[in-house]
Amino acid sequence: MSTTISKVEPKQKENMLHFIISELKPKGKIFSPFNIVSFPIMIVGLVIIFLRFKNGIGSVTNLSQDVPWGLWIGFDVVTGVAFAGGAYVLVFMVNILNLKKYKPILRITVLNGFLAYLFYSAALLLDLGRPLNVINVVIGNNYGVSSVLFLVGWHFLLYMLALLIEFSPAVAEWLNARKLHRFLTAISMGAVIFGITLSVLHQSGIGALFLMAKDKIHPLWYNSYLPLLFVVSSIFAGISMVIFEGSISHRVFSNQLAPEDHHKHNSILTGLSKICALGMFVYLSLLILVFVHEQNAVYINSPMGYWFLVEVIGFVLFPMLLFFFAYRTHNTLLSRIAAIITLLGIMLNRMNISIICYRWDAAERYIPSWQEFVVTLTIIFIEIWVLRWIVRRMPVLHRSPDWVGGGH
Amino acid sequence: MSLNRRTFFKAMGATAVALSFGKQTAANNATVSETELNGILYDVTRCKGCHGCEYDCADAHGFTDIDIPKNPPFRRTDEKHRTVVNHYETSQGKLPRKTQCMHCNQPACDAACLTQAMHKTPEGPVIWREDKCMGCRYCMISCPFDVPKFEYESTNPRIVKCDMCIDLINQGEIPACAYNCPEEALIYGKRSELIREARKRIHDEPEKYVDHIYGEHEAGGTSWLYLSPVPFDEIGFNTKIQNSSYPALTKGFISSIAPVDILLPAVLLGIYEATKTSANKEEEQ
Repeated sequence: MSTTISKVEPKQKENMLHFIISELKPKGKIFSPFNIVSFPIMIVGLVIIFLRFKNGIGSVTNLSQDVPWGLWIGFDVVTGVAFAGGAYVLVFMVNILNLKKYKPILRITVLNGFLAYLFYSAALLLDLGRPLNVINVVIGNNYGVSSVLFLVGWHFLLYMLALLIEFSPAVAEWLNARKLHRFLTAISMGAVIFGITLSVLHQSGIGALFLMAKDKIHPLWYNSYLPLLFVVSSIFAGISMVIFEGSISHRVFSNQLAPEDHHKHNSILTGLSKICALGMFVYLSLLILVFVHEQNAVYINSPMGYWFLVEVIGFVLFPMLLFFFAYRTHNTLLSRIAAIITLLGIMLNRMNISIICYRWDAAERYIPSWQEFVVTLTIIFIEIWVLRWIVRRMPVLHRSPDWVGGGH
Repeated sequence: MSLNRRTFFKAMGATAVALSFGKQTAANNATVSETELNGILYDVTRCKGCHGCEYDCADAHGFTDIDIPKNPPFRRTDEKHRTVVNHYETSQGKLPRKTQCMHCNQPACDAACLTQAMHKTPEGPVIWREDKCMGCRYCMISCPFDVPKFEYESTNPRIVKCDMCIDLINQGEIPACAYNCPEEALIYGKRSELIREARKRIHDEPEKYVDHIYGEHEAGGTSWLYLSPVPFDEIGFNTKIQNSSYPALTKGFISSIAPVDILLPAVLLGIYEATKTSANKEEEQ
């Protein structure tokens, strides 16, 4: 960015500064219902984060020696990464398979993915006991290359960079930096290919994290196929998030959209529903395969067994059928309902593996403290604020400026 | 959007670097040979359950105010107690059992640690290194024996666990608990010799012991070994522990990373080129 600015005339430089300052001002209503709800929660959340650094993790969380990973990891990171999977799936569909139909929602999905990763890493830093030592992993002071977490961390980090590059042309369009735009567009194909590869590996890597906790996770949820199950479920989790998030942003930011893009959205939803239904069918088949292979039938007639059936039938099979009917009948409302149930199901699955069925036999169960919930909400709200700021300014939903060839 | 040959090869180069790292670790693991490891043999039949080792351990690690009640209830190791002796009701009456880090030959915590803060030393002890740890607690998730403990109330928390008194071992001395045990229930030595000694005891007095050395094969073998007069589950051992090492559970995944990192981009590039051409053709028609 600095190179482009230095090349322009001094007068233009001043204009650029004015432009940035004017863009920093809020563009929407200040006292919207969302702001009134989210602002106080964010303030409380920031105070709790301050207390966490002042008094230690134990002062605000209910974590124990038995349950070292709680809501901040189980929801913010493990579930959040699955929800952000839409970015790599859509990038694959649009940039690799050349399915142009989905292009209008590509930028918003990539932006969502990038912000999700950015803020989930922030949540991760809060959870680390000695966050400054994160630098050891980055600068190569001590590479624990046999660690799954090391590989997840690096794939995570590089993928954030890939997402940033994929989104960066929108920033260049916003700043009207044409040379920069040409350069960023040129390198983005590399980012696309490596972004997808990195995604497949870190999505599965999050499942692989739990492979060594063999005796601690209930056998209905633990199996050696966890990496595969995680990567397959991230496909429909991510797309469900795209459907869910898209239906909200289309209402909130409807003034950003060109009329023909409004119309296209329904056909996009139908297509995404079909992909979700197929993805869930593959996932369900894998679950049945694992269930038979690991001879898990003995556990079914128990409270944990019923809980497992609730997850598989209520939150995989049922939304899969809904998606299928939504696709057949072109019913967008049904797609949205199915997406919400799927998202709840993914949340349930990830929380089951990382929290609920982790140490299911322990005498004292972990229940997150209210502070953990508030901090989680705070992170989500800050993310939405940043997302809103960007969408209102950059060509994310609305069309690119005319000097960009081939639309966006 | 285009990808020229140069960027592609650059990326391939980066992957090759990642690959070579992978090879390096495999070599590192192989250098820790089991026969050179030191360990401690704990004979339950000799232990009187005096809790002396708990005090010695606290002394050796700078904890001054430890308080063990008379007829203590069941306790677990925590961030202030690296070792704990509990008393169990068994088929042969009340029996004590000391708990601490097992110092696995191939520790799950060491494999889990992304900064190598958890480290299996060639001498045998598994140690935690303060300057490397980032406090992610993945070692606690991975350890099948639930050994690593975390200082939740601290602003600069440490992972606390038995380090087999590595400082004393480096000075040519022996771990505090083994040194001070009045009944010689704990003996320190080369792991291979300890196994021989344990076998001899079982052989000499077969009616006194169950015919099993806990730690010989559990979790791929541990540096702490136990002899017991009763089946091990009666004195609180987890008998579900698998005999192969826990890091082996992630080996398949880790070795698949490099091939995927190399092959998937090539496949994606292939699909991209294929769909691009057909799309162009459609446009031409």
